[in-house]
Amino acid sequence: MSFLQHDVPLSWYLLLSAVLFSLGVVGFLIKRNLITVFMSIELMLNAVNLSFVTFAYQWHEVRGQIFVFFVMMVAAAEAAVGLAIIIAVFRARSTLAVDRIDLMKL
Amino acid sequence: MHLILFFLFAGFCLAGAINLLLQTHPINSALSLIVVMTSLAVLYLLLGAEFLAIAQIIVYSGAVMVLFTFVVMLLNAGREERTLGSRAAARVGFPAVVVIFAVLATIVLHMQGIGSAHFGQGLSNAPGQSNLELLSQVLFHELLLPFEVTSVLILIAILGAVALAHVEGSKIPESGRTAEK
Amino acid sequence: MTILAFFLWSLAKVAVVTVVMLMGIAYTVLLERKLVGRIQNRWGPSRVGPFGLLQPLVDGAKSFLKEDLIPTAVYRPLYLLAPIISLGCALIAIAVIPFGAPGMGPHGFDLFEISNINVGLLVILGITSIGVYGIALAGWSSNNKYSLLGSLRSSAQLISYELALGLSLVGVVLRAGSLNLRTIVEQQSAYGFFSWNIFGGGQTLAFFIYLMAAFAETNRSPFDLPEAESELTGGYHTEYSSMKFAMFFMAEYGNMINVGCVATLLFLGGWTNPFGEMHLQSTLINVMMPLVWFVLKVLLFLCLYVWVRGTLPRFRYDQLMNFGWRYLLPLAILNIVATSLWLAWR
Repeated sequence: MSFLQHDVPLSWYLLLSAVLFSLGVVGFLIKRNLITVFMSIELMLNAVNLSFVTFAYQWHEVRGQIFVFFVMMVAAAEAAVGLAIIIAVFRARSTLAVDRIDLMKL
Repeated sequence: MHLILFFLFAGFCLAGAINLLLQTHPINSALSLIVVMTSLAVLYLLLGAEFLAIAQIIVYSGAVMVLFTFVVMLLNAGREERTLGSRAAARVGFPAVVVIFAVLATIVLHMQGIGSAHFGQGLSNAPGQSNLELLSQVLFHELLLPFEVTSVLILIAILGAVALAHVEGSKIPESGRTAEK
Repeated sequence: MTILAFFLWSLAKVAVVTVVMLMGIAYTVLLERKLVGRIQNRWGPSRVGPFGLLQPLVDGAKSFLKEDLIPTAVYRPLYLLAPIISLGCALIAIAVIPFGAPGMGPHGFDLFEISNINVGLLVILGITSIGVYGIALAGWSSNNKYSLLGSLRSSAQLISYELALGLSLVGVVLRAGSLNLRTIVEQQSAYGFFSWNIFGGGQTLAFFIYLMAAFAETNRSPFDLPEAESELTGGYHTEYSSMKFAMFFMAEYGNMINVGCVATLLFLGGWTNPFGEMHLQSTLINVMMPLVWFVLKVLLFLCLYVWVRGTLPRFRYDQLMNFGWRYLLPLAILNIVATSLWLAWR
């Protein structure tokens, strides 16, 4: 039963966070749908949150977790505004493909 | 125990994130992102952040992603056409991603003094003191002003969302309600 | 206690609680049909078994044996996933609910709760908030306008009332100073029902806000807009048949039981005796009495549900939204302010 007591190196958590962040960036670059691009941004935010929590655990410091708390609140506000913008864009252009949304004016 | 749970949910995270990239329909991407966020909540739990884990589920999986699925359903956005992005993305973006990942990975793997996570251990070693008390003590004493400012930020975000999504005689009546949330 | 013993105990608890929960769901349906029958001056189901007590089993068999129809135009993966999410969330929430006195098993093991988490209340709210997906995806993947309308209504309703629901619980949390459900109950256990949050705790207003928000959260009448038969045929589950429909049905009743459990824990003193502490000689009775009180209180709450369903007409959709945002939410905030002022002044 030794595997039950096995510890996990914190660097693995950090590595996971790095991989998730990179996947988020890749998604931001290759996805062609406005909503999915926005989702990739959320993925990046989440990846960073994971590393904050990991460091909070490492240094026994609650401020790392509080930072994540603030990131969550700001992300919620950002999602509300961002989705409202997406709805407005869709109304004006009736498409969500980022390649077609290439004019600055209506 | 910790090892098994870590591998299981890290696997879910990665699978969800890759699925997010591979799926062409936005609603499938949204659902895979929900899987990622919920698995991340379990990882937070393993790292002794039980409040954040639940906040992650309530705020991200339960509120933000509901908004996303709502918008996908309302706009009925079909599947996206596959293009490999702009030329700038291909030339600069992908090498940049590789570089970012390589730098992060090397830093992480060579980092000194990083310990390992032990199952069932929280932030403080004192038994009986919950993570919640620690968090609230710092949040409501030292960081009260930032906390209050964030509430103003959220209020502004709500107003902005309503103002953006609401048009006179709007064609999509539900959109105002979505933003209201 | 070794890890293996812990696993086996937990597995046994999970199995027992799941079976009891499923039986509870089945008999809640029967309770509703009987009570609504009596309210409408008829008998309700009475043919199968004595007093119709075997009716749930027969209903279950019927759902199993019916042809499982999948319409051709649906988006299959999500169509199949939606009822699983709904029922899963309804069943998972029971995992953090303590339904008996603490530490009754061997080695001080918690016999009457699957897991004691110090953010238990938030876990329940979180699981409830995930449950929205079942309904939203069901309506969208069905590819039917009535389903979509029903699910949009339902999601909007759930999201709006979740706020009032969550805020109405804050007063209780403030009083107890903890999110652990056991601590919240023990804080109300001093003088029988005088110390319950609904009476002595001064959370009467919060209880009624919770009651109304909970009715809306579980899509029950008078807030059963999502499945208003007269307007939307069946709402989000129009396109579902046989077992998949039964899963939505079970999810609804499972949520009713969950809501009843939370109300019992937070406002009605949980498993404590309403007439103060009573210590009897027999250990068995001392172990079982809390369970009996808990089940009685939940049953009372379920009867209240059925009573309301049998007597009140349905709201209109705009009335529903107005009620949630303009009345319940400000009242809940008022309750929080009043409670915190009272706690600070005390």
